[in-house]
Amino acid sequence: MPIDRATIVHVADLARIALTEEEIERFTGQLSVVLDAVERLKAVDTSEISPTASTLPLVGVQRDDVIRPGLTTDEALANAPKGGRDGEFFRVQEILEGR
Amino acid sequence: MKGLPRTIIEAAAMLRRRETNALELAEVALRAAHADTFNTWLLLSDERAKAQARAADERLRAGDASLLCGIPWACKDIIGTKGVATTAGSKILEGYVPPYSATVVERLDAAGAVTLGKTNLDEFAMGSSNENSAFGPVKNPWRVDRVPGGSSGGSAVAVAAGQALFALGTDTGGSIRQPAALTGVVGMKPTYGRVSRYGVVAFASSLDQVGPFTNSVEDSAIVCEALFGRDPNDATTMPLPSEDLRRELGRGVKGMRLGVPKEFFIEGMEKGVERAVRDALRELERQGAQLVDVSLSLTDHGLAVYYLIQPAEASANLARYDGVRYGLRVQGPDLLETYRRTRGKGFGPEVKRRMILGTYALSAGYYDAYYVKAQKVRTLIKQEFDRVFEKVDAIVTPTSPTVAFKIGQKVNDPLSMYLNDIFTLPVNISGLPGISLPCGLSDGLPVGLQVIANSYQEATMFRVAAAYERATNHHELRPEVAA
Repeated sequence: MPIDRATIVHVADLARIALTEEEIERFTGQLSVVLDAVERLKAVDTSEISPTASTLPLVGVQRDDVIRPGLTTDEALANAPKGGRDGEFFRVQEILEGR
Repeated sequence: MKGLPRTIIEAAAMLRRRETNALELAEVALRAAHADTFNTWLLLSDERAKAQARAADERLRAGDASLLCGIPWACKDIIGTKGVATTAGSKILEGYVPPYSATVVERLDAAGAVTLGKTNLDEFAMGSSNENSAFGPVKNPWRVDRVPGGSSGGSAVAVAAGQALFALGTDTGGSIRQPAALTGVVGMKPTYGRVSRYGVVAFASSLDQVGPFTNSVEDSAIVCEALFGRDPNDATTMPLPSEDLRRELGRGVKGMRLGVPKEFFIEGMEKGVERAVRDALRELERQGAQLVDVSLSLTDHGLAVYYLIQPAEASANLARYDGVRYGLRVQGPDLLETYRRTRGKGFGPEVKRRMILGTYALSAGYYDAYYVKAQKVRTLIKQEFDRVFEKVDAIVTPTSPTVAFKIGQKVNDPLSMYLNDIFTLPVNISGLPGISLPCGLSDGLPVGLQVIANSYQEATMFRVAAAYERATNHHELRPEVAA
């Protein structure tokens, strides 16, 4: 299925990725080729088949609820980008208006 | 000592005969690594390596039995190392220093192995040529105008060029086995659930496994013994008892039934590759194995299944790179724009391509037609392997349809790049163990033979690989640089 420019722009928006004009154009062509190739899956009859999310035979793995050491606040915050730490918190831009 | 010994086994014996010590091995390896001209390393941690080597020498003096004690190794830079920068080959993790180590690193630390540093890779392990690294491509030591394969290209080259005695990689669709094939070393992907993924940067979580690059099959089993086993920090690790994976290495293949799927000998595969693999099959037959024609009719659809499931899982996993808690942040006028700019600048072209493909496959209106459809065909592919393993002990195939190709040759043609992995990715889709080992040269470049076993049957897989290795000397061929 050919994929158009508007779809690429929409999906890039869903994925929260800013693309350049050149990237939009290039990806439109390249992803059409890839989607054409995956289109062939439609020929496989899967009407009676359930999907596999994982090949692992495990379900609902549980562990004992025991207290164990974790990262300290400083360790957890140590990789905050420049200007991205405020005391014991990560600092982000305001998202609520009108306060 | 001029260069490293070839194998872990040889080095371990030399350490115990006091012909060398861990510090000397580390220094020899670091010297070779610093002289590297293939862009193999993203970081060398000399002081840490030497400290680990001194500690290993203490242990060796006390008679430590761990075969990995004092053995220098290379870590793919997608595996987290406490206090040592981890980039995943991406600019978006700029400046990130993990506050904890991956479980696999902790296990090798506990075994006394010596970490030399972090190796180059395709960004977030997305690639088959190592050209997608934000830090430049890795070159193949056999011929420097060729790719080493990917995504674990740096780890493959570190071992092929004699700069480390083993390396860790990750394999989501072939990222250990394909570069092992293209650089002439042994590369192994364990059964899904064998090895902890805790602390490893997540790519496609239902497919990713960590595994080793080595110069021999026995070495591969030795490293796996240290890696395998349940980890309370990764609920997808199987609760299986620890296992002697070398118990069948010497048994040979006499009387074994080895499946040869006709779908793995396709038009478009290089003649030299086909010749080397056919020769290898004949050798296994000479050793007493019975070759059985089998059919994996859905092999052809593996690529489509893989290129829906893998980008879908990746697009979810890579949502975490938002510029808030670590890595790059490119500030915009509001938070949404900060996300978009951070990700637009931080991710390279292949990562963006897959994010968009994956997001598309998961988006409203396409989820059932693409993602769920792929998961259903995944079930059929797995069932087909299950049926084949009722008839055979292992499956033997080529690892990759070509030898190492030229740097730049496929970079603008994603589909042709993705085809590099058609023989390896069905193994990930089905969660099976697979190993690639050298089976000769074509045009002077290495060809890989892949042995696939049923789930948790790594000992059987190693048995077949070891029998072939014993009967031939392809594994002794080295690129001139390492000679």
